[in-house]
Amino acid sequence: MNNPGLQDIWVYLSETPLLGLTVTLAAYGLAYRLYLKAKGSPLANPVITSVAMLIALLLASGISYDDYFAGGQFVHFLLGPATVALAVPLYQQFSRLRQLWLPVLVSLICGVGIAAGSSVFLARLLGGSLEIQMSLAPKSATAPVAMGISEKIGGLPSLTAVLVVATGIIGAVLGTKLFEWIGVKDDAVKGIAMGVSAHGIGTARAFQVSSRMGAFSGLAMALSAFATALIVPWMVDWIEVLF
Amino acid sequence: MQFLNGITLLLVYQLAGEIIVRLLGLPIPGPVLGMVMLFVTMMIRGRAAESVEQASIALLSHLSLLFVPAGVGMMTHFGRIAEEWLPITLALLFSTVITMVATALIMQQTSRWFVKLSAAQGQSHE
Repeated sequence: MNNPGLQDIWVYLSETPLLGLTVTLAAYGLAYRLYLKAKGSPLANPVITSVAMLIALLLASGISYDDYFAGGQFVHFLLGPATVALAVPLYQQFSRLRQLWLPVLVSLICGVGIAAGSSVFLARLLGGSLEIQMSLAPKSATAPVAMGISEKIGGLPSLTAVLVVATGIIGAVLGTKLFEWIGVKDDAVKGIAMGVSAHGIGTARAFQVSSRMGAFSGLAMALSAFATALIVPWMVDWIEVLF
Repeated sequence: MQFLNGITLLLVYQLAGEIIVRLLGLPIPGPVLGMVMLFVTMMIRGRAAESVEQASIALLSHLSLLFVPAGVGMMTHFGRIAEEWLPITLALLFSTVITMVATALIMQQTSRWFVKLSAAQGQSHE
């Protein structure tokens, strides 16, 4: 860039939150349009495409993640109020939940335990470091919850955030196929399994299948956020003692 | 205005949650406690305030967008992920698949038992 004017503008832009925020929203908007073009194929999940676009953009332009996050944090921050907002679908679905409270409770506790146990066990089996194991343990809970737990049990919160997103994407991409293979047809059952294992990204996918599946997934995600916070730190202590 | 009130209320609950969690040294994150308190409030009042409902629908309808900045954070962990890619990718993939299949099967089986059980109870009451 030999034009000093442009250079100055670039320096200004790469340091202001404006750029990070704008590219986040623009990339997601574009990714969402691609997703609609692909007729809602789970492989075109807008989180995968927008994250890939943004990483490519940052690497190509040499902007650091910290500078990007100065803008991205405004979007990231909304995960907190969004977690509180989960109380609303939970309240609206409460009558349906009450009819199935025992099966939901049993599946929830087993699901949360299996999610944490299997990830720690597999990572340990394959020679992953303790930090990686602890970062993986809360990965099925929604991001702010998982990051909080990861910090408490000795993982890396920012790595956990990435693993949470990856888990959500895997669940959203594979979920409907898996349910087909194992012959699960009830949308309430599918929703609970989706919400427990793939939190918000899975829930977004579930709402596309049916509003019943979406509601149950949102419910499971809200409950498992709570259950993970209670069960996982305690479980990790036990895993430490036993192995 | 409704939307603004709704967002404000969500933030107030989150803030209260964060404060209580810190004061009492609870093991759960602040927003989760905020969610529980909002849920309890709605149960006591017997309805969801329209403002909170609107704000929640707006936030939750673009839930996947909110995960994007965290996902981009992958670029700061490229080194770590490259070092331990095998345990990370296999643990992620298999643990997610195992959790999903196991939870679905447990839920399917227990809800069948539960429905049978409540049907049997219903008959015995007649």
